Amino acid sequence: MPATHLKVNPIACSGHGVCAELLPELITLDEWGYPLVSDEPVPASLAKQAKRTVTDCPALALLLIKR
Amino acid sequence: MSTQRAIDLPSQEQRLLPPPGQPIIDLAEHIARYGPLPYRGGRGFLIDDVAEAGLTGRGGAAFPLHRKLTAVLNGNRPIVVANGAEGEPASAKDKSLLLLAPHLVLDGIQLAAEAVGADEAVLYSGVDQFAAAWLAGLITQRRAAAIDLVPTKLIAAPPRFIAGQESALANRISGKPALPAFTPPRVYQRGVDGRATLVSNVETLAHLSLIGRYGPAWFRTVGTRDEPGTAICTLRQTDGRVDLTEASLGTPLTSLLDLRRASAMLIGGYHGTWLPVGTAARLTLSNADLRAHGASVGAGVLAALPADRCGLRETARVARYLALESAGQCGPCRNGLPRIAGALAELADVAPPGHAPSQPGDLALIAHLRRWAGLVERRGACAHPDGTVRFVASALRTFGAEVGAHLRGRCTKPNPWPFLPISAAPTAEQDWW
Repeated sequence: MPATHLKVNPIACSGHGVCAELLPELITLDEWGYPLVSDEPVPASLAKQAKRTVTDCPALALLLIKR
Repeated sequence: MSTQRAIDLPSQEQRLLPPPGQPIIDLAEHIARYGPLPYRGGRGFLIDDVAEAGLTGRGGAAFPLHRKLTAVLNGNRPIVVANGAEGEPASAKDKSLLLLAPHLVLDGIQLAAEAVGADEAVLYSGVDQFAAAWLAGLITQRRAAAIDLVPTKLIAAPPRFIAGQESALANRISGKPALPAFTPPRVYQRGVDGRATLVSNVETLAHLSLIGRYGPAWFRTVGTRDEPGTAICTLRQTDGRVDLTEASLGTPLTSLLDLRRASAMLIGGYHGTWLPVGTAARLTLSNADLRAHGASVGAGVLAALPADRCGLRETARVARYLALESAGQCGPCRNGLPRIAGALAELADVAPPGHAPSQPGDLALIAHLRRWAGLVERRGACAHPDGTVRFVASALRTFGAEVGAHLRGRCTKPNPWPFLPISAAPTAEQDWW
């Protein structure tokens, strides 16, 4: 089964920073306020939280992809 | 197979570029020289020949053409785009090829269109409006003579560094500004107007037109086993002369550039790699050689930096240009490239020889540069930040001694004049159209 990863659409992202607050386990912000997303697969324990973070991104710039 | 046409051209290294002063622009002369356009009579047929020839893209990425052809053949309403945007200011080979041997490119467009089953093609080019008007005339003439089976539309690429990036190209041809898009989908899946789009460099298509005529075995008579054929290179010599040459892959770099008065070589243009002259002198024009040193053939831009010029100063100028050429769509690139360029400018701007040294430079500049490089890499929709970082990082490696001197407040290079060419920065949003 393919693992789920977080991915940012960098064009859509406007650096609100909501994602880093909702999912600090996998997302931090760089010095300009843009998300640095972990390369690791999203663990099952965070799956629900990750989904929520994706839907709450005000720019709809965060994606969950299977690979 | 038309190998019986043992004209002076095919097995030689000068395949695409006509002899100096003798451009082949007349359609009848072109056909007399190369023979008629060898259509295969249906989609797909040419692709095995291309695979056997081992032709790879000459626009920079060296991607195998047959794989692109196959992907587009199986896609939705295929369309072919010949990419002659050539936004790189140090490169002249695509525009030159279009002016010196336009029919080879236009032939290649037709063969590619047949191979993928496209009913439309576009020549996306960075030539000026006068050359574009002249090219439009050639296309009309070919349609009238029933040489071209599908119509080729001419679309101007804006004079921006990244205008030829494939998703920017697809946007421009779809009637939008030439800005990169978030991928996937890649253009071979959904590109121009949502169609499966073959984007191929104009030189690649010119090679295709000769593979169609003379076959894969002929194509492989020069070059190396893994990298067959020739590539057109734009050479900037230490005396400032710019040469255009067609060289077999695997040619020693020393036979292309005169390195006697050089301190370093820039390989692959402004997304490319600086190498010390001693390293470059042992290498050949091949990715097999260059990749081991973090470089690649790219689009064939090679420049020999004169020993009296400062590589840091050159890098700072080009980095500023690259920062201004960012589309500004992605936060890390929009924020990072200007900071990288600014730090380089500060590092570069110290007292020239014969003057009292400036204040010692700030070591923290180097740490900032490294951190910002890490923060922009692989975080853009296109590879502009990655290419810029590769270029800057290679400068810090190659010009390490000069970096040390600059940090102590002096430059050891006497000649302050700019060497590498850069073009005008965008001034308005309209510049992306």
